[in-house]
Amino acid sequence: MNKRIDKTGIKIGMWLFLYSEIILFGGLFVLYAAYFYKYPEFFSEGGKELNRVIGTVNTIVLLVSSFTVAASITAIQRKAKKQAVLFLIFSILCGVVFLVNKYFEWGAKFHHDIYPNSETLNSGEVGLNIFFGLYYIITGLHGLHVIIGMILLSISLVFVLAGKVNESRFSMLENSGLYWHLVDLIWIFVFPLFYLVL
Amino acid sequence: MIKTESFYDTPAPAGLTGIKAWLFTHDHKRLSLMYMWAILFWFVIAMIFGLLLRTELMSQGKTIMGPEMYNSLFTLHGVIMIFLFVIPAIPAIFGNFFLPIQLGTDDVFFPRLNLFSWYLYMFGGVFALISLFSGDGFPDTGWTFYVPFSVEANSNVSVTVMAAFILGMSSMLTGLNFITTFHRMRDKRMGLMQIPLFTWSLYATAWVQILATPVISITLVLVVVERLFSIGLFDPDKGGDPILYQHLFWMYSHPAVYIMILPGMGVISEIIPVFSRKSIFGYKAIVWSSMAIAVAGSLVWAHHMYTSGMSDVSVFVFSLLTFLVAIPSAVKVFSWIATMHRGSIEMTPPLLLALIFIYLFSIGGLTGLVLGAVGPDIHVHDTHFVVSHFHFVMFGGTGFAFFAALHFWWPKMFGIMYEFKKAYIGAALTGIGFLFHYVPMFILGLQGMPRRYYDYLPKYETGNFLAGFGGYLLCIGILIMFVNLFMSFKKRVPAPPDPWGATTLEWTISSPPPVHNFIEKPRIMEYPYDFSEVARRVEKAEK
Repeated sequence: MNKRIDKTGIKIGMWLFLYSEIILFGGLFVLYAAYFYKYPEFFSEGGKELNRVIGTVNTIVLLVSSFTVAASITAIQRKAKKQAVLFLIFSILCGVVFLVNKYFEWGAKFHHDIYPNSETLNSGEVGLNIFFGLYYIITGLHGLHVIIGMILLSISLVFVLAGKVNESRFSMLENSGLYWHLVDLIWIFVFPLFYLVL
Repeated sequence: MIKTESFYDTPAPAGLTGIKAWLFTHDHKRLSLMYMWAILFWFVIAMIFGLLLRTELMSQGKTIMGPEMYNSLFTLHGVIMIFLFVIPAIPAIFGNFFLPIQLGTDDVFFPRLNLFSWYLYMFGGVFALISLFSGDGFPDTGWTFYVPFSVEANSNVSVTVMAAFILGMSSMLTGLNFITTFHRMRDKRMGLMQIPLFTWSLYATAWVQILATPVISITLVLVVVERLFSIGLFDPDKGGDPILYQHLFWMYSHPAVYIMILPGMGVISEIIPVFSRKSIFGYKAIVWSSMAIAVAGSLVWAHHMYTSGMSDVSVFVFSLLTFLVAIPSAVKVFSWIATMHRGSIEMTPPLLLALIFIYLFSIGGLTGLVLGAVGPDIHVHDTHFVVSHFHFVMFGGTGFAFFAALHFWWPKMFGIMYEFKKAYIGAALTGIGFLFHYVPMFILGLQGMPRRYYDYLPKYETGNFLAGFGGYLLCIGILIMFVNLFMSFKKRVPAPPDPWGATTLEWTISSPPPVHNFIEKPRIMEYPYDFSEVARRVEKAEK
């Protein structure tokens, strides 16, 4: 089975999988659209309470890490193993920074008694409850994808170090990179929907 | 034909022995058989549940179980039949086995992923079992897991929902594998319009699987999240909208109906031309109708919700779209019948089952139009009419296609023949039992008997008794069919490579096939259903 490596085929498979991930989030965006239509004023009120600075920092962090992942793939193709390793480690660190930021952001909200089923949300306006519910579900699911992406990148890193991923066989790294770009892409939609347009 | 070692004697990857040769295999044929045993196990379980339900309903009041048990049983019957039998049955068993062979290649594109899908399937099944024997009792929400009940119920819904989530992943990955195989592994000389129709139907199915399954995944995740954190996205008290849940649910679950029926249609498209000894009528029309069903079928979900209170405009639009799906389905039925017209028909058990399929599926499809039209639907919504309709399509359709596929490909998969006479008796009895079982339900539904009710008014007793009686006939028929098939393991009458006089590639290799399917380069025919050679062979034999 391992005689021929059909890189195009592997990529088709990966893209189909990524597509299914987008649909997964698509379901949540449908909910966002329906509830935004129903509670526009509360969405704008809730959106103003989100921390734009942290959101922007996280966007930049993810965009930079997407670049470094792409750079590590190019590096491995040019047989620059050391460079590739460094770029990968940097990307994983970016993921960590993103999650730490998220932790502080969520933590602050929890501190203000804003979390699912909390007293403030249960007794307050229902529109706000829906907004923050969606906020937690969407950013939470995205955070989960960040973690999965970091795991994939870490596995690729081990493979690069072990020489299993090299200039002639780098599909594992390339696909992990694609997954990381997906994580980035979804964030590019989540960020304006929650932090900017409201 | 050169005598070759079959895949049973050659482990893949090489070197594995005993049970490991199965559990760690990458061979699509071994995986197909492993799926088969697991799926048959679940089918029998769910069938027994169904029979118990109908036994309970045979007479008024309590017959053999209490109302809670009844609610749990119809939930389990639905969940198991849908997620563990009907959706995976044909793609996972026959698709895995024959899609690579029909494309003239040695395996699927991602063999290890294929093994992983099988483990996901088994894992999902184990989850379903755990949900039965842990927590606060069986889930009793119905297979649709409608909110708010599914969120508030004390029973073990979360685990069941997770099982459905995992099973969805499994079927989606199989679809992904098929699409990639279709595009990248197909024999270079085989053009798009030279691909057998079964494989085409699996291709269309795979797209629906990838398009729709993630929606159910996220919906099921939301049910679990709601149960854990009670955010209230579907809870009107907290600003949520329960109707949105129904939209999300049916956005997957209606296309899922086509995931279930399309492979069945593919099986029938293979069987009918073989036993009519005639090229299939309207090959291209069938290919395009498969794709059309895949597209149109994805846009009709809200016809399950006419009575939910959505706007008249959406009701109108979804009703119209629903009627559109009937067109490609009818194209197929007419093509099958036109294929048989002036053919040289040879009756065999697979053909008999295929004919029963056409008959039952047509009834199922036509009653679907009754439900697709808003006026009558409001009258029969959530009655036994609906139950009967979807069993005609799911069981009369996909179920019989599954039986037909078993009888059609059995000699190829195991290299042995079964007894025809018993197969005929089993098939006929199953068909008759089926009509006895479900036709009374149409009448009960029109008279107003709701579905999922534990008890009923005296006027419904005759119908329910008849349905129960039919249920027993049906199960005896299925039993005869299965026993007959399994008896073939004992008698071991060897099957020739091409027992039917068929033309697609799987019949050009030995039965059972060797591990890499093709010993010599497959001969790709210009047109997959060209029977001129078969006819010549028969003529020669007659002389």
